[in-house]
Amino acid sequence: MNRKISILIVDDEESVRDSLYNWFIEDDYKVECAEDAKKALSILESEDFDIILADIKMPGMDGMEMLKRIKTLRKDAIVIIMTAFATIDTAVQALKDGAFDYVTKPFDPDDLSHLIRNASKQISLAEENEKLREKMVSLENIENLVGRSAGMQKVLAEIESVAQSNASVIITGESGTGKELVARAIHANSPRKFFPMVSVHCGALTESLLESELFGHEKGAFTGAVYNRKGRFEMADSGTIFLDEIATISPKMQVELLRVLETKSFMRVGGTKEITSDFRVISATNRDLKGMVEEGLFREDLYYRLNVVNISVPPLRERAEDIPLLVDYFIKKYCTTMNKPLITIETAAMKRLEEFSYPGNIRELENMIERAIVVGNGKKITLRDLPIGKETVASSVESLDDLEKNHINQILTKYKWNISAAAKALQVDRATLYNKIRKYNLSQKE
Amino acid sequence: MDADKISLISFGYFDQEILEKISADIQDEFSFPVWHRRGNLDLGEFYDPKRRQYNGTTLLKKVETDFSQVNEKTIGLFSVDLFIPILTYIFGQAYLNGKTGIVSVYRLNNELYGLKADDRLLHQRFRKEIIHEIGHLFGLIHCREAECVMRSSTYVEDIDQKGYKLCLDCRNRLLNK
Repeated sequence: MNRKISILIVDDEESVRDSLYNWFIEDDYKVECAEDAKKALSILESEDFDIILADIKMPGMDGMEMLKRIKTLRKDAIVIIMTAFATIDTAVQALKDGAFDYVTKPFDPDDLSHLIRNASKQISLAEENEKLREKMVSLENIENLVGRSAGMQKVLAEIESVAQSNASVIITGESGTGKELVARAIHANSPRKFFPMVSVHCGALTESLLESELFGHEKGAFTGAVYNRKGRFEMADSGTIFLDEIATISPKMQVELLRVLETKSFMRVGGTKEITSDFRVISATNRDLKGMVEEGLFREDLYYRLNVVNISVPPLRERAEDIPLLVDYFIKKYCTTMNKPLITIETAAMKRLEEFSYPGNIRELENMIERAIVVGNGKKITLRDLPIGKETVASSVESLDDLEKNHINQILTKYKWNISAAAKALQVDRATLYNKIRKYNLSQKE
Repeated sequence: MDADKISLISFGYFDQEILEKISADIQDEFSFPVWHRRGNLDLGEFYDPKRRQYNGTTLLKKVETDFSQVNEKTIGLFSVDLFIPILTYIFGQAYLNGKTGIVSVYRLNNELYGLKADDRLLHQRFRKEIIHEIGHLFGLIHCREAECVMRSSTYVEDIDQKGYKLCLDCRNRLLNK
């Protein structure tokens, strides 16, 4: 770990605070002291510390109560309880309440060094774990970018050329085309790859929630803000922030976002401290952002700030030659995930998949393959395993009458030609259903 | 730097010849003239009967207020067992970037650990600890280099393993201060 470990010492005895302060400062730790629990909690509300070394006996709030309060502020805080009066009961209670360790004063210099070394190792492992997880996700997702079509090759070339830079990227494309995968691929190939890529789905959050999600909040900033919480910009420090569905953000958020992108600094909701973060922005939208700018729905200055590089991901129907590759890829992926032997796909089924128009793009194809593996015979994906019939493939030329006929037939089959049940499901009366059966010459097959 | 000399003040008896050798080594390391004088202090007020040791924190403050002079880095030399409130014992301590430190020879002596007395080893340990504390006075923090005198030592064996000189990095840090 390259950064300095920070330690907060909480003890009512000045000599203890001074001793520990001098001891740790010589070891190059960042150290601060508090003479009681109240002061410590107030410090912790505005600043995070890696390790909190707290006395158990203090006037006012004792160390055990403070431990509980610290845990409500930060669940992962490493608190080491110190006491001159050690009992097994208090030690056990401290550990049950989430203390990292428990030591009796005075301690051997070596014990203190070991204690802090162990705590530092824990912090370091947790951070490393987080980074590795992010990296694994990035690497996994870059493999998902499958395709030999000219459109996809162009996208891959653009990813390669833009990844090494720090430029803001906007990814456009229909829903389900894999915009987030493109963002992950850029991140995974960039110098920031060992730091997190943090995704925010702007469209899924209300304005106030998005504000708190992006900038974080201080405890008590609003109802329900029971913890101090880091925002996504803070989490993305040294890494990448991916703002999905950017077109959905409100005019107020557009202004705030522009300011953050320009200064790379912000304040948590309810906070007073300016926080700086070094992040790269990648955003995505399935809407015509330029058109929105012209209509006055999206700020022009923000648009140009986000749109330094534009990568357009083609819809699946424009790169049908990639479908067999994608099908193979998804078969392998889901057979492995479901712990099933690798299966194949019959030619007719593949042909049907290649003919389909995929309004839901790759996401829809992926779901179809996953479903086919679940419901199939475990050897080969057949036409029957696919949720698309011939009529669906030809949906663009299907008449309204055909649609109605097929739907009524499906419902009647489902309810075993029980007219009352089928009419109820179709939300028509029985007479209407009989008229439709006559109109379309429908009959029950044996 | 805010000092033009380093002073060693001995509280109690120390072999003059050894102190002269140590002074020469300090001068080599820090390139400041090293002075030596005696100090008189009633250690009774620093004795903690419960711990049967001497409080290093208050002793350090006393040396700073009563013995340390302007423009000098001062190290008080003792032969009593020192502690700080939080730790069972210390070999010495100093104000980081400050002007006063203390070192005790008490726990550097082999006989304390049931071993045969070894004056040569005692002298080497004492020299390393004094140079270490002076390093703190010049703002040097603990170093991870095994040979460096600024490496932290919790046991006498740790002191024996390190050298009495600053490593290249610490020397550069010192020059840049």
